[in-house]
Amino acid sequence: MTDTLTQAIKDFIMEEFLPGEDPDELTTTTPLISGGILDSIATLKLVMFMEEKYSVNFEPHEVDKEHLDNLESIVKLVLSKNPTGA
Amino acid sequence: MSTAAYLHERFIASARQSAQAVAVVEPGKGSITYGELDSLSDRLRDRLTLLGVCRGDRVGIFLRKSVDAVAALLGTLKAGAAYVPVDPGAPAARGAYILHNCAVKVVIVEAALADKLGAELAGLGAMPAMIVVAEERAGGSGLRTALDAADEQAMAPTTLSIHNQPQDLAYILYTSGSTGQPKGVMLSHENAVTFVDWCSETFAPTAADRFSSHAPFHFDLSILDIHVCLKHGATLVLVGEEIGKDAPRLAQLIADERISIWYSAPSILALLAQFGNLARHDYSALRQVLFAGEVFPVKHLRALCELLPKPRYCNLYGPTETNVCTWYEVPLPIPAERSTPYPIGKVCSHLRACVLNEEGATVARGSEGELAISGPGVMQGYWALPEQTARGFFNADDGTAWYRTGDIVSEAEDACYTYLGRRDRMVKRRGYRVELGEIEAGLYRHAKIKEAAVLAFADEQAGVSITAFLSSHEEKRPSLIEIKRFCAENLPLYMIPDRFVWFDSLPKTSTDKIDYQRLKETC
Repeated sequence: MTDTLTQAIKDFIMEEFLPGEDPDELTTTTPLISGGILDSIATLKLVMFMEEKYSVNFEPHEVDKEHLDNLESIVKLVLSKNPTGA
Repeated sequence: MSTAAYLHERFIASARQSAQAVAVVEPGKGSITYGELDSLSDRLRDRLTLLGVCRGDRVGIFLRKSVDAVAALLGTLKAGAAYVPVDPGAPAARGAYILHNCAVKVVIVEAALADKLGAELAGLGAMPAMIVVAEERAGGSGLRTALDAADEQAMAPTTLSIHNQPQDLAYILYTSGSTGQPKGVMLSHENAVTFVDWCSETFAPTAADRFSSHAPFHFDLSILDIHVCLKHGATLVLVGEEIGKDAPRLAQLIADERISIWYSAPSILALLAQFGNLARHDYSALRQVLFAGEVFPVKHLRALCELLPKPRYCNLYGPTETNVCTWYEVPLPIPAERSTPYPIGKVCSHLRACVLNEEGATVARGSEGELAISGPGVMQGYWALPEQTARGFFNADDGTAWYRTGDIVSEAEDACYTYLGRRDRMVKRRGYRVELGEIEAGLYRHAKIKEAAVLAFADEQAGVSITAFLSSHEEKRPSLIEIKRFCAENLPLYMIPDRFVWFDSLPKTSTDKIDYQRLKETC
């Protein structure tokens, strides 16, 4: 479950924000916001993607570095809202 | 409403008139009244004086946006000095460079940032005194606690009156510099108060207004937020950096805090229109929406005006060197067929404008040329850069000094100016001035980068997108993730390129310089 979810979100980030990058470079702990990969608009795009795909709603205070700075924390947050991750 | 010649005296007049009124709000955290802010900034003035700060000195402010930071800049002005606000989110090395460059006597710094900044300053051989403020304290208690602790060591006596002159510097704002290092724009009290008075005349604020403070304090938009608000005894609502670009939270905050005068870069307003869910909230208090710093794509402006049709919308234009120098009120509704951006408008009443050709002669109305500005709002120059200062001005035969903005404009029959582009390599991104050369200089610091060239392109979503063209010394190039992280650690966020394109070697002109034209054609 977690692996499928992680892969789907990773695929979205790779395609949208890291085109051409070797997928192995993006790990579950790679810093996304503090590492300059997601800026404010990119973060909102990622949130919109996840809200639509997993039928979840992010609270305004969750759209920040604390909650979305790496794949691990993103997946954890999505699963807390939609335990099936589907 | 005070017409005093100094920014801080205007605040003091408001404090005397309405000591109990709320001066500054930190949403969800705390607030401070005019009387309390006056007392707190008096205490800081006394401490700064004890530390040797005199009229004409500089004091660095390395704090996140907070009541503490507002008190810090007021206390600095009361001590007769100029404040130098530094982006606490930017790499500490950049902050240290700025503070060392203008030789601040004291730095007021947040505890979490103090060690790193201190180490960077020490590396430059600079040892200013530091007032360390504990973070996560609201309503000015961080600064108050720091002053209490300092008073226990040595009580600061009340400072005797300080006699400024209108030409004394009030603040220095550092902007992107083409040589790879930021440069300090020096603004005097006279520069600032003439701008503030123009705002009073144009936007007619009252003590009942609630101003947004969205721009960081190192950004020139903050001058309107802070000093116009405090002059009129109104309330300043601080929008923290953590939610500054978070459209849903920002939308909620504007409604909940009943902001009546909003001022930000257009990119933030475009985000609000697209992602803010504005229909969910009540914006009945909002009466003026001001924007500046970059071109507002009409598509997004129209969307915003349709969602929020009640306020007055004004496009303010001006470089840090003059603050706002032209303005334009957008006529509503915006026709569906309009796609070209609105003009930057007419020159503000406290300034004069003209359009010059390359030889410095005035061009005929309707012709393209460089916008030049003169008057009491124009800066004193760049800190410690006499040659750049001299190059920035054109001296007319009658002795008038005209600041050359570098912006290419044309003037229409109705005396409104239309922005057409730049004459150099400076672009505006998210409201910030970005010298592409500074990004290149930053990229060259990466050990594996052999060549770096940076170009800006128009972008419908972001206004401007930035592409870096790179070549490497090594066969194995840095990964995209590595290079983005390097940028995040070495450049302010708004300078990080959107795209990185690698070459074995960048194309060259016949004189062996990087061929920017050919690079442009590759995109």
